[in-house]
Amino acid sequence: MSTTTLDTPAAATDKAPAAPARRVRRRGERSTAASVLTHGILIVASLIALFPIAWLIFLSLGPDKDDYLHPGRILDTASLSNYSFVLQHTNFFKWLGSTLIVSLGTTVIGVLFAATTGYAVSRMRFPGYRKFMWILLVTQMFPVAVLMVPMYEILSELGLIDSYGGLILIYCTTAVPYCAWLLKGYFDTIPIEIDEAGRVDGLSPFGTFVRLILPLARPGLAVAAFYTCITAWGEVAFASVFLLDDTKYTFAVGLQSFISEHDAQRHYMAAAAVLIAVPISALFYLVQKNLVTGLTAGGTKG
Amino acid sequence: MTVAVESAASKSRGDRGPRTGPLQRMKRSYQKYWYAYAMIAPVAVVLGVLVLYPLVRGFYLTLTDADSLNSARTIGVNHIDATYQFIGLDNYADILWGPTSYDRFWSHFIWTIVWTALCVTFHYVIGLGLALLLNQKMRGRTFYRMLLILPWAVPTFVTVFSWRFMLADSGVINSMLGSLHLPQPQWLEDTFFQRFAAIMVNTWCGVPFMMVSLLGGLQSIDASLYEAAEMDGATPWQRFRHVTLPGLRAVSSTVVLLGVIWTFNQFAIIFLLFGGTAPEADILVTWAYQLGFGQQPREYAESATYGVLLLSILIVFTSVYRRWLARNEQLAV
Repeated sequence: MSTTTLDTPAAATDKAPAAPARRVRRRGERSTAASVLTHGILIVASLIALFPIAWLIFLSLGPDKDDYLHPGRILDTASLSNYSFVLQHTNFFKWLGSTLIVSLGTTVIGVLFAATTGYAVSRMRFPGYRKFMWILLVTQMFPVAVLMVPMYEILSELGLIDSYGGLILIYCTTAVPYCAWLLKGYFDTIPIEIDEAGRVDGLSPFGTFVRLILPLARPGLAVAAFYTCITAWGEVAFASVFLLDDTKYTFAVGLQSFISEHDAQRHYMAAAAVLIAVPISALFYLVQKNLVTGLTAGGTKG
Repeated sequence: MTVAVESAASKSRGDRGPRTGPLQRMKRSYQKYWYAYAMIAPVAVVLGVLVLYPLVRGFYLTLTDADSLNSARTIGVNHIDATYQFIGLDNYADILWGPTSYDRFWSHFIWTIVWTALCVTFHYVIGLGLALLLNQKMRGRTFYRMLLILPWAVPTFVTVFSWRFMLADSGVINSMLGSLHLPQPQWLEDTFFQRFAAIMVNTWCGVPFMMVSLLGGLQSIDASLYEAAEMDGATPWQRFRHVTLPGLRAVSSTVVLLGVIWTFNQFAIIFLLFGGTAPEADILVTWAYQLGFGQQPREYAESATYGVLLLSILIVFTSVYRRWLARNEQLAV
């Protein structure tokens, strides 16, 4: 296909990308068939990605709890009554409050810790550095089962069962190591000369970090914050065990309570699920531009 | 990259003052390390108190016969002291070799391995395929990307419930299959289809992460490499095999490792999809949770034993994986 390139004299290689384009298709250009195929696959994939969520929204409009079995009926009877019921007659706003406290608390504390850690491991090679990175990685793989029982005991001794503080601390233990890893990768991309310039101008090491590096690392911090927030927002296992009072439930636990009762109120549950998903998904799309850079910076450089 | 930063860092510290005696250098290095340690101290403390201590405590629990009936607890104003006893390695022996250990451990173990392998493979292959498609210049690229990361944007516990509605006996998926005159399996009751459904839902949830990470990796591959390959007459397949895949190796090795760890420990999907009604479809994590918190009396010791076993499996896997990577000199840590 491109062998024509080899036939052209060496002098032509300077403008090689342009020259063979006349005869060979330029890279990035595709035949119509390939283009249709690409769009076809992407459309199917997008539909698969979209369908369960669209279906949930559709079901949330049906006023009867068994409407999910008879979707045809929803078309005639669609209304927002489920939403008004969920907002007025359930603990929805209490759950929202708990979820916000827990996820924002985790985000603030978690990102703060992760940033200092990430900076330290990015800039210094202190004794124990490798071991520390290894520990950060190992904490990533703790199954909930190994820590849940002892954590339950410790928290109940500390009187932190059924409290937001306990849950925030626990979420930090899972979020911080990953974020530190991610931020280390991001700090690595910031030239060390900036630190040096700060030090020359008389900033303390902490001053350099807070006043120079943190502002530069804002995209990375956004990704870390987002990751922490969505982890805390959606965590199920610990929240199910450590929260007892149904006014303190986070959404992940509260949503289950719609069907764990004898009467499965699926229509209310669908409406609540949609309401829960909206703010966090909006947040997701706000930071998703930084997502690729942030994740790969953490990913490629470990 | 890491190496470059390291040398730059040490050089900059070295250049700050004239090199004098070893005493001064030691002092300076102490100052440097003091600073580093101060920065990681909060994390070290939190991890120590909330991860390492529970880990040690959890390991101790596995050597006892603790359950919710003999643990320390407070009922009203009465405090009852713990009465569980040290029984050595009996829990491990019982789980691994005891009677009915196949039903209690090995069947879940095999299913967990199958689950992890299949899910990560699907995540990676589908994610890579979509990333390759999205990496081309074309109309509507951003739009597709926005739609494709939707399963990641919406919290898992929300989407799993949606899947539960769809997979119900006469839910929308079976209606569709019915209108196509295909068999309508009982997704949430029959063991095989429960497993099938769990893998399907997890694949749906996990692909966007892989796709986004790999897309980032693809975009960081130098375009001149493709041009050079094209000049040398490489076919598209050869370009993929010899330029794209090696270029992605660093990202791939990390995301596959994370994917294995996350899938192995995936709790929410199976727990919420079946709500504890499907012991056959429980992977080890959800099974351990059922033992520890989903039944009465709560078997704390047994649950913790499963946890320790799980952790050992993962540590062994990760060590082997990292050693294998290190031999290929790929992981930057």
